[in-house]
Amino acid sequence: MSATNKNTIFSPELAARFDKLVTIYPLKRSALIPMLLYAQDELGYVSDPAIHEIARRIGIFELDVRNVLSYYSMLRTKPAGKFNVQVCTNISCMLRGGYEILDHCKAKLGVGHKGVTEDKMFSLEEVECIGACCWAPAMQVNYDFHENLTPAKVDIVLDDYRAGRGKDVR
Amino acid sequence: MPTLAVSHPDEVKVLSRRFGMGATNIDTYIALDGYKAARMAAEKGPEWIINEMKASGLRGRGGAGFPTGLKWSFVPKTSEKPKYVLVNGDESEPGTCKDHILFLHDPHAVIEGTMIAGMAIGSKMGFIYLRGEYRYLLKIVEKAVADAYAKGFLGKNIFGSGLDFDVITQTGAGAYEVGEESALMESLEGKRGVPRIKPPFPAVVGLYGGPTVINNAETIASAPHILLMGGAEYAKLGSERNGGTRLFGISGHVERPGIYELPMGYNLKKAIYEVAGGIKDGKKLKAVVPGGSSCPVLLPEEIDVGLDFDQMGKAGTMLGSGGIVVLDETVSIVEFALRVIKFYQHESCGWCIPCREGTDWIKKTLTRVYAGGGVKKDIDNVQYLAENMMGRTFCPLGDAAAMPTLGFVKKFRKEFEEYVEGKRDSTMLMTTDELVGTGEGH
Repeated sequence: MSATNKNTIFSPELAARFDKLVTIYPLKRSALIPMLLYAQDELGYVSDPAIHEIARRIGIFELDVRNVLSYYSMLRTKPAGKFNVQVCTNISCMLRGGYEILDHCKAKLGVGHKGVTEDKMFSLEEVECIGACCWAPAMQVNYDFHENLTPAKVDIVLDDYRAGRGKDVR
Repeated sequence: MPTLAVSHPDEVKVLSRRFGMGATNIDTYIALDGYKAARMAAEKGPEWIINEMKASGLRGRGGAGFPTGLKWSFVPKTSEKPKYVLVNGDESEPGTCKDHILFLHDPHAVIEGTMIAGMAIGSKMGFIYLRGEYRYLLKIVEKAVADAYAKGFLGKNIFGSGLDFDVITQTGAGAYEVGEESALMESLEGKRGVPRIKPPFPAVVGLYGGPTVINNAETIASAPHILLMGGAEYAKLGSERNGGTRLFGISGHVERPGIYELPMGYNLKKAIYEVAGGIKDGKKLKAVVPGGSSCPVLLPEEIDVGLDFDQMGKAGTMLGSGGIVVLDETVSIVEFALRVIKFYQHESCGWCIPCREGTDWIKKTLTRVYAGGGVKKDIDNVQYLAENMMGRTFCPLGDAAAMPTLGFVKKFRKEFEEYVEGKRDSTMLMTTDELVGTGEGH
């Protein structure tokens, strides 16, 4: 473990991964977006200490990190639910019931767009095209895809996650 | 996990020939002629590769349709700065999911294609960039890259040829704009994904300032197949000036949505009615968006046309990304147009004012029409805004938003007028509060 990892906010595994990430690119800064994603995966969101540490590791200003962070829609600076439900309503999904799926999720979870359930188990987002058009309507729970949805299928998927049986791709 | 569509007899399986055969496993891939083309390329050299690619008539599968061999030939032979290959797997055009299935079933074809492009231009490093949502596919590609290293296909002295080649994989973090080649380079350099002005073109000044070839994942994955069968043979599969086959994604109101590999120039009407099984539930066809959401809409009487870059251009639209979206008679075009512009407004990176402001004002105006408070002049305003975005931005996102909007307004003007006159359908899908009520007081 390198010296930088003695004062890290990340797990030893992630810190070691970051040590490597900044070395593989022709420029250190190229590691920024992957680092932000992996930090978010571990912490649930990109926290201020995470921004501080990532800036230090790459050797850029915190402002530079925030500038990039604010651009990408998958990165967030506030916690989401343990399982972030992202329902696609773009054209192909819309034509096959994407809005019905979104409305069903809103009713089932009792939250709206970008809302988090009280038990912090789920959050909901209406998202743009996720690249599952031929299997519409589709949604992602964290990074896992669920296709050819019906409200009944959504119920099963969400109940599986609630019961700890859902797939959590990292 | 997405399922493969049932094959149609008209499909010509080149890119998809290993789909469903377990080719994510490197030994299976090798048994199915994998890494043969890269070996040949290493032996025969750059000139041979580029000549075969030129002979193949392969044109960029990302949507622009630029001849791939020609693109590779533009990279200077000698360069002080390192040269790079950048594979664009940031597939984000609504209606498009072909690269999804490609990474899922045949990641080694993408890696092998990247190596071939590297050998063609004299590069030692390639990047495969997937969209952020495709994390599970990144895992598959990462495993494939690691397996290729373990076999000595990547790294130092590949196949004992004396050539070195490394591949780096990563994902984005949610941004449609990053699919544009110069914004993609910015993103890979750890910055906001905003476009760069051209010239200089990436072939001369690209990633990290070095000459860079940027190709769509499907384009890159076609290269090994082309070298194996020979460019001329590959060209014969397609239509004039449009070599080969393509992964077409047919979605929306069809009986059998799915990814189908069809020869370039295949008839669009046949693709919808025969390959994808016709309109869902026996309804009538209303419109077709032929190549991702940025392509101008086609009316039912306009779809008897070949699916290649030139024929679609003549029909007043584009082949685009090959994502065919089919709309049945129940669809409200006003609602559909609003959903399309809502997307582009959300994804405009804000760098160029005509795009940032244009998409926002079109969305606001269409929202008012949709919500029932529109006036006739709104329709003209939408057209005026779209016309004034065209060609006035660094990257094609502005055009991508303007072109479909113009298509909807021109071809379905009557429907927009009916909305303004209050004769609209009462079913509204987009019930978000955020949409209703805007467009006033600005």
